[in-house]
Amino acid sequence: MVGSFLKFLALSVMVLVVLIPMWSVLVTSLASRETLAEAGGSMVFLPKEIDFTAYQTILSGGIVTRALWISTLVTVAGTAISLTFTVLAAYGLSRPGSVGHRPILFYFLLTFLIYPGLVPTYLVVTGVGLKDSLWSLILPTAISVFNLVVMRGFFQNIPQDLLDSARIDGAGEFRILLRIVMPLSKAVIAVVGLFYAVGYWNAWFNALLFIDNSDKFPLQIVLRSMILLGQSPQFSGATTGSLPPTESIKMAVVVLTILPILVIYPFVQRHFIKGVILGAIKG
Amino acid sequence: MSASETTVVAGSGEQPARPAAPSGKKPRRRSRAPLRARLRRDWPLLLMTVPAGLLLLAFHYLPTLGNVVAFLDYNPYAGDTPLQALFSSVWIGFGNFDLIFSDPAFWQALENTLTITVFQLVFFFPLPIAMAILVNSVLSTKARSFIQTVVYLPHFFSWVLVVTFFVQMLGGAGLLSQELRQAGVDPPNIMTDPDTFIVLVTAEAVWKDAGWGMIIFLAALATIDPNLYEQSAVDGAGRWRRLWHITLPGLRPVIVLLLILRLGDALSVGFEQFILQRDAVGRGAAEVLDTFVYYQSIATGNYGFGAAAGLFKAVVGLVLILVANKVANMIGERGLISRS
Repeated sequence: MVGSFLKFLALSVMVLVVLIPMWSVLVTSLASRETLAEAGGSMVFLPKEIDFTAYQTILSGGIVTRALWISTLVTVAGTAISLTFTVLAAYGLSRPGSVGHRPILFYFLLTFLIYPGLVPTYLVVTGVGLKDSLWSLILPTAISVFNLVVMRGFFQNIPQDLLDSARIDGAGEFRILLRIVMPLSKAVIAVVGLFYAVGYWNAWFNALLFIDNSDKFPLQIVLRSMILLGQSPQFSGATTGSLPPTESIKMAVVVLTILPILVIYPFVQRHFIKGVILGAIKG
Repeated sequence: MSASETTVVAGSGEQPARPAAPSGKKPRRRSRAPLRARLRRDWPLLLMTVPAGLLLLAFHYLPTLGNVVAFLDYNPYAGDTPLQALFSSVWIGFGNFDLIFSDPAFWQALENTLTITVFQLVFFFPLPIAMAILVNSVLSTKARSFIQTVVYLPHFFSWVLVVTFFVQMLGGAGLLSQELRQAGVDPPNIMTDPDTFIVLVTAEAVWKDAGWGMIIFLAALATIDPNLYEQSAVDGAGRWRRLWHITLPGLRPVIVLLLILRLGDALSVGFEQFILQRDAVGRGAAEVLDTFVYYQSIATGNYGFGAAAGLFKAVVGLVLILVANKVANMIGERGLISRS
């Protein structure tokens, strides 16, 4: 009895420690100024009303709105590029015994052992003219060899007979990849796509390094300067004297930063074990 | 391997189906088609690896070569492009390394890094294992998948977001302080106290990643034969003995693998997490090797010095991971790099 009570307690703590902060952030973002002041000025825990003023303020065309677009653009374009090149390379490397298989695989895997370092990476990215370009947020991190290895492992588990019979029917490798391999690999493509998308959406340091122009700031940079540095940026397109952001406004930005993850996550989550662990262990 | 590949037939669309088995002019290796035939068959596969390969060349291998900066008195203004600047900078051999090794701030950063690594190895590393065993013992599938859904989630939050959550909950203007103040208690400086910073960063790392860390252990637990438990229960083994003699041995390969990875990464302790909090807490406690490299190079323009510190870290990391892998192989585990 005591044992199962302790077990229940431990599991509840695990869950609540995640849910309570998220709840409080959501409630605060929907609180009015009065409720906020009543609660003590910083965070609200018990909802009184639902007030969308904070969301209206940040979505009316100021820096947060722009950052939201930038982050969306980088995430969508980046994920498309990463996923395409990763699928191609993973399939290209999925057949041991093909020409150059071993050296090319070695070329990819060696990146696990050799880490180029911050300074040379910075010099290369700025040297090829990507400073203040949104490409600097995509190209340097476009290929994750870990994701590639996971996907390759998954591809290798597809029955070879299927591919061989397609080849006998005269299908080329590109057609086989598109028509046979990819439809069978939806799970791993979903998971790897989520990993890439989350990576782009969450990237903060690359933007700190490469983006100086505030018109191109992604959401994470804006979130950090508002909350952790306590700056009050211009929210609306109009140049009226802006009030310092209330906690509701700050928390609304937090909610917007989490929202896309919360929306996509449930669709992909059920593939985690199937797509990732199998690939990782076999790979 | 060779069995499946000899049945592979010519690749591109127009080629008639024809076994690619060697017709025998100059067979380089036994049972292999000549290189030209194999090239004709495999060129699409080669082509597919090119875009990813080029990206790695440009943004991984080229920067790796760029580490020569560590041996230069690199002056970014000596040329119009970094490459020109590189060639017009003076070669000073190990001069930058001499500077680093005589800089007390470097040793402070190294000490902080290693302390945090060891601390997290003790207080973070076992947690996902314990949590996985706990969650695995939940019988209801629904409850189990609900718990997994919730605790995996913070892994997908950015560090900016995680630190934000901690500030809003535990910071000077956060929920906890607000409630304490209303109760007439002086709130502690959890987010800015250098003395307890190591606990704070570990708590943040646990909040973000301990749940996600379970996933691999849960997968390993699922592969343990349930008959083992039944038999040992029949033999009279209690819950703890079963944990010790069946569960933990079943998890051993995964634990060893993750320990190797962690050891190879001993000099990294979460880059963004520390940069985000370094200024609030101060350099004394929050300067780690990665932040040291950043603040000594890009933030100040002292590229050669920072590159040398980064190269030191990369080389030590490489040695660590090779040693850890060797040790794992010696004690009979599969390890990270295996030729299979």
